[in-house]
Amino acid sequence: MTQTHETVLRSASREVVIGHGRRFCLIGERINPTGRKIFQEQLRAGDLSAIERDVKAQVEGGADVLDVNMGVPLTDEPELLAKAVQLVQTLTDLPICIDSSVVEALEAGLSVYQGRALVNSITAEDDRMEAILPLVKKYDAAVIALPNDHDEIPMEWEKRLDLVDKIVRVATEEYGIAKADLVIDPLAMPIGADTGNSLVTFEAMRQIRDRHGLNMTCGASNVSFGMPDRHTLGAAWLPMAMTAGLTSAIMDTRTPQVVEAVKAADVFLDHDEWGMAWISAHRAKAAASA
Amino acid sequence: MTSPDEVLQGLYDETLVGNAPRVLELTEEGLALGMEPQSLLFDALIPSLEEVGARFERGDFFVPEMLIAGRAMAGAMERLRPLLAETGVETVGKFLMGTVKGDVHDIGKNLVNIMLEGAGFEVIDLGVQVAPEKFVAAIEEHQPDIVGFSAFLTTTMPMFKANMNALEKAGMRDQVIVMVGGAPVTQEYADAVGADGYAADASATVKRAKALLHEKRSKVPA
Repeated sequence: MTQTHETVLRSASREVVIGHGRRFCLIGERINPTGRKIFQEQLRAGDLSAIERDVKAQVEGGADVLDVNMGVPLTDEPELLAKAVQLVQTLTDLPICIDSSVVEALEAGLSVYQGRALVNSITAEDDRMEAILPLVKKYDAAVIALPNDHDEIPMEWEKRLDLVDKIVRVATEEYGIAKADLVIDPLAMPIGADTGNSLVTFEAMRQIRDRHGLNMTCGASNVSFGMPDRHTLGAAWLPMAMTAGLTSAIMDTRTPQVVEAVKAADVFLDHDEWGMAWISAHRAKAAASA
Repeated sequence: MTSPDEVLQGLYDETLVGNAPRVLELTEEGLALGMEPQSLLFDALIPSLEEVGARFERGDFFVPEMLIAGRAMAGAMERLRPLLAETGVETVGKFLMGTVKGDVHDIGKNLVNIMLEGAGFEVIDLGVQVAPEKFVAAIEEHQPDIVGFSAFLTTTMPMFKANMNALEKAGMRDQVIVMVGGAPVTQEYADAVGADGYAADASATVKRAKALLHEKRSKVPA
């Protein structure tokens, strides 16, 4: 059995560890203006108040880490992302996943962040790795890596594995980044586009776990895109993915149906010793409704 | 023996449910009966796909249903296209489509392609991660009426501008209509990058594309 790795993330005062055999790590995804016109207008006008509400909702839903994305068209994204990171750190002690495809924005976010961040993300493309991996090293962060390149998202797991091999080699050998700080996104493609998509992703997950022992995350809501009853699909998909080796997911924690499915899977996969977390959650819920 | 009316009804019904093998069979049956290819297209396939689009927009149909209906129609089109060309039926227009560089999202783009083909456009799809120079080369090669840039991420939308600059530089900005679209794209953003057209969804794209073509053609003296 390959040695598995543990990814350590920190805020100023709290540590979160992602690992195989540990409780699944929920990365709350909602602090993101994509597709939200009102939120975008507020951010453009310098009004960050909606962030407060989103942080609260994700934390209450059970997020372990918060993804922060400030991709608003026609704005100064580096400045906005830095401000948002600072604001979120005053609102919660959860570690942050700094999310942008603008390199300058990632750097701006990292430079003000207190703790050990997760960077979202690189691909196997040379220019992305060249631009972002030095920042990951400089700011002592961990990074999410997607096994796709300039040409395509490979639809065969073998090709995704080749790209994972490349990412691991470049990150560790050329930039001195520890394997523990690489979190692979095995690419959860929508089943609405092809019902064979998830089988490929699950096999990629098993291979990444068995060969590299790396942690993995993915945009879990993507799998049900274009389908009805998305929460039910998400609640079935995540436990299956966890069995295949997924150790965290970027998801909306405001959906109890999906969050509870993950917590239940943690019990069955022996990530929750004696089911104590499950039992405490039950008691807290009973107390709240009493 | 199937009657022409039964062929048309069958094509309509089977396209609607995405039964590709049956749609191809019925196409062959229609041709064997001596039916005109354009009748099969305009009296059955296109109305069926329009209905698929309408149901999708109402939320009655889901992505896989749209994709299989599009695939069923594409199979029939492959058979009919050479015949239509022979009989001198012209396509509505030629549409070159691609997702911008850095972006791998293609479901929305594929849905738009289906609706465009369903409306009689010839669609050339360059796929995802299409670099500006690749768009330029493809415009050179295919001479489309319209080129469409698709982006799903706020972070890849700036590629619209890069593509526009590449078209300018290649001296082909005026020979092609540019449309942009994708989940985060707005009319305001389309205007800011200097695109000719924007549409919020697949059927709006078809309407806008037809209107833009009409506008352009009425400006050019025949």
